[in-house]
Amino acid sequence: MDTANALTPGLDNPVYDSIKVFRAVADAMAHPGVIRHVQARPPAPAQLMPAAAAICLSLLDFETPLWLQHGQPAVGDYLKFHCGCPLAPQPRAAAFALITDTVSMPGPSVFNTGDPEYPDRSATLLVQVASLSNASGVRLGGPGLREPVYLDVAGIPAAYWRELQANHASFPCGVDVVFVWGERIAALPRTTVVTC
Amino acid sequence: MYVAVKGGEQAILNSWRLLAEQRRGDAGIPEITLTQIREQLGLAVDRVMAEGSLYDPELAALAIKQAQGDMVEAVFLLRAYRTTLPRLAASLPIDTSAMSLQRRISATFKDVPGGQVLGATYDYTQRLLDFELSNGAPVAPAPAAANALPAAADIATLMNAEGLLAEESPPADDAEPPDLTRDPLTYPAGRALQLQNLARGDEGFLLALGYATQRGYGHTHPFAGEIRQGAVIVEVVPEELGFAIEIGEITVSECQMINQFAGSATEPPQFTRGYGLAFGASERKAMAMALVDRSLRAGELGEAVTSPSQMQEFVLSHSDNVEASGFVQHLKLPHYVDFQSELELLRKLRARHFAGAGTDGAAT
Amino acid sequence: MNENSRAGGYNFAYLDEHTKRMIRRAILKAIAIPGYQVPFGSREMPLPYGWGTGGIQVTAAVIGPADVLKVIDQGSDDTTNAVNIRRFFVRTTGVRVTGRASDATIIQTRHRIPETPLREGQIIVYQVPIPEMLRWLEPREAETRKMHALSEYGAMHVKLYEDIARYGHIATTYDYPVIVNEHYLMRPSPIPKFDNPKLHMNPALQLFGAGREKRIYAVPPYTAVRSLDFEDHPFEIQRWQHACELCGAADSFLDEVIIDNEGARMFVCSDSDYCTQRRDAHRRAVA
Repeated sequence: MDTANALTPGLDNPVYDSIKVFRAVADAMAHPGVIRHVQARPPAPAQLMPAAAAICLSLLDFETPLWLQHGQPAVGDYLKFHCGCPLAPQPRAAAFALITDTVSMPGPSVFNTGDPEYPDRSATLLVQVASLSNASGVRLGGPGLREPVYLDVAGIPAAYWRELQANHASFPCGVDVVFVWGERIAALPRTTVVTC
Repeated sequence: MYVAVKGGEQAILNSWRLLAEQRRGDAGIPEITLTQIREQLGLAVDRVMAEGSLYDPELAALAIKQAQGDMVEAVFLLRAYRTTLPRLAASLPIDTSAMSLQRRISATFKDVPGGQVLGATYDYTQRLLDFELSNGAPVAPAPAAANALPAAADIATLMNAEGLLAEESPPADDAEPPDLTRDPLTYPAGRALQLQNLARGDEGFLLALGYATQRGYGHTHPFAGEIRQGAVIVEVVPEELGFAIEIGEITVSECQMINQFAGSATEPPQFTRGYGLAFGASERKAMAMALVDRSLRAGELGEAVTSPSQMQEFVLSHSDNVEASGFVQHLKLPHYVDFQSELELLRKLRARHFAGAGTDGAAT
Repeated sequence: MNENSRAGGYNFAYLDEHTKRMIRRAILKAIAIPGYQVPFGSREMPLPYGWGTGGIQVTAAVIGPADVLKVIDQGSDDTTNAVNIRRFFVRTTGVRVTGRASDATIIQTRHRIPETPLREGQIIVYQVPIPEMLRWLEPREAETRKMHALSEYGAMHVKLYEDIARYGHIATTYDYPVIVNEHYLMRPSPIPKFDNPKLHMNPALQLFGAGREKRIYAVPPYTAVRSLDFEDHPFEIQRWQHACELCGAADSFLDEVIIDNEGARMFVCSDSDYCTQRRDAHRRAVA
C-alpha cells in the first residue's frame, strides 16, 4: 500500500461534510443535468477530482465495491483506507465506478443495471470530465425538470449519449451517472430523456 | 371553544414524570437493583436478551427495570440500544457439541453417550405455589455434579452416521452469514436468515405456531431428538491476526427436533431436522422455534404448503414483537384525517342508500 | 441530560454514519427510480415501529445542522406524536424547528401535505405504514415484486372498478393509488385523496420512509403523479359544504370536531399552520 497517499486525510469533518456532499448529490439527482457545487475538498490523490473524492468519502463503505477504470493504485489505496470499500475486479461487480478517461470508458450496459424486480441493485457511475456547462449541449427532460435543461459535457463521445438513451429505455433497470468536473457535478439518473 | 390538541409538549413531559413515579412504586419499599433482577429473575433476563438480540445480562436487567417488567417493552429498549452499537465482526459459528452442559436430554433414546442430564428445570416441580418462598428462605447447595459436565457428541451426529437423518451441510460458498439487522429480509429467505429471524422472534408467537403444527396445521411428526443448554465459547478471527481468539462465553439453549419425512422422488425416506437456538435458558423458545423451522421447510422438502406455519412470508414477517407491538399500538395515534375521509364517504353512501338508490351503483 | 441541547453520547441525528450512508444510497436510488420501493436496512429506532420510524430514519439521514425542521401529524404541529418526533430531532441535532411550512427546509409529515404550496429546494418526508399498494390484493412480497417489475396493475383497476359497480364511485378516500412517472403504482401513504393533486409536479423533493416494512421511495420534483381513475369516472377530491369556522378557508381539508355532549359539530382546518397564518393575516388586515 502506498501509505503516503493512503494517509492523506479524508473529509475534515465526516459527519458534517458528508451530509453537505450527500445533499448536493441528491439535489443533482433530483434536478438532472443542473450543475451543482460540492462543498468539500479532501486532500485526495491528484487523479481524484475534489467532488469525486468527496462523494466517494461520503457514500462508500465496505458494502459498496468500487471499480476504478484505470485501477489507479494511489486512488484505490486512498479509498480503501478511508472508506473500507473493496475494489471490484470487473465493472459488473461494482456498486460505484470511477471513470477518469471518457474516450476509452466502457458503455453503461457493461455495469450492473439491476434486475426488473430489484432495479435499485445497480451501479452509480462517477465520470470525471474536462468541463460541464448548462449553456448548450444535449437536451434533457423527464422527472426533476419543469422545463428542458441543456448540458454540455466535454469529451463525451456521441456514441456514449446514444448508450445513455438505451440505458433510459431499459427503465426500470439502468445505471445512474454523475458527471464530475472539479468541485461541480451534474447527474443523469436513468429516468432522464436525452435528446442529442 | 375548540382548542386543537395544543400543549402536547407539556403533556408528554408530565407523562414522563407520572411514568417514573409509577415505576418506582411505593417509595417506602427498597428499590429493586439490577443485580437482583439479573440474579433472581434470570429467565426474564434471558428472554429479553434472546428477543432483544443482544447478549448482555446487565443491560437486559436494566431494560426490565425500566419497563416495569413489561417484557416486550424491555425487548424494544434493548433493541433500540443495540442499533447504536457498531458491528465489529462476525463471530465463528459457536460449537454446541463442545458446550459445557448444564442440561441435556433426549426424548428419542433412553440413554445417550454423555448421558441424560436433567439439570435445573421446572419440568418436575409439580407447580405447587411454594409459600415458603414468599417469605424468603435459605437455599441448600445443589449437588456438584449438576455443574460443568464434559462435552458430549450430539445425537444428530450419531444418527447421521447411519444415514437415517438427512445430511445438512453448509453450502459450499458458506461465506459470512447474512445479517437481517443490516439488510432487509427479502423473500424467499435462505435458511440462515430464517433461523436468524426465528431466533429473535416472539416466544409467544412461535409457541402458538409450533403448537398449531402439533394439532395438524402443518404437522411434522416431531420428536425432541436433543435439547441441550449450557455455556459455549464465542470466537472471532480479527482481520489483522488471521487466527481465532476467544472473546467470551454465552449460555444458549439448543433444540434439535427430529421429524418424519416420507421421502421424495430424489430422497429416500429419512428423518429431517428442525433447529432451534436461543440465548440463555430459553428452552420453550428453542423447542417452538425448531417446530416452526421444520414446518417452514415444507416447500424445500416438497410437502404441500397449506398452513400458516409453513408459509415463510407469513411467519417471518410477523414474528418480531417489536414490529408487531409498534404497529398494533400505532392505532392509538390520531387518524383524524383518514377517519374524516371515511366519515364523508359513509355519509354519502348512506344518503344514496336511503334515497332509494340502494347498492345498485350502476344507476349513476 | 439537558432536554434543550444535543443529547450526549449519540451521533448527530442519532444514527451512526454507516447507517446514514446506507440510507442515503437508498434515497439516491429511490430518486433515480421514482415510485419504486427500495429495500433498506431499517434500524430499530427509539420510537416504536408504526409511529414514524421510516420517516424519522429518512429525516435523520438527510438533515444537516443548517436545516429548519417542521413536523406535522394529521396536518397539525401540536399533536403528541408530532411533538415527540420534533423533540427527538431537537435533542439529537439541535436544528431550528418551525411551524411555518414556508420557513421549513425539511417537513416530516404523517397523513397530510401542507396546504401552503411547497417550493423548490424543500424536502417533504412522509411516514409510511404500509408501502405496498398491492398488499391487500396480494399479500406475498415475492408476487407483488413481479407485478411491479412488469407494471402489471390490472388487479388494482379491477378492484377500483368493483367499487364503481357497487357504489357508483371509487370508495377509496385516503391512501389513494397513484402512478408515478407512468410506471410504478405507488402508495402515497394515508393522506386524504384531497392531497393527491399536490403530489403531481410538486417542486419539492418527496421522500417516503416505511421503517417497519423497510422500504424507501421517492418522487423527484416536477414528476408526473396520476391518481388512478377511469375515463367515465374521473378522479375527484373531497369537497365540503362548510368553510373553516376559525379562518374561513374554503379550500382546505377540514377536520370535524365534536364540541359538546349534544354532538354539535364544527369544521376547522386540519392544517394548523395554514389556519393560523390566515387568521393572523386577517387580524393584521383588521388592525
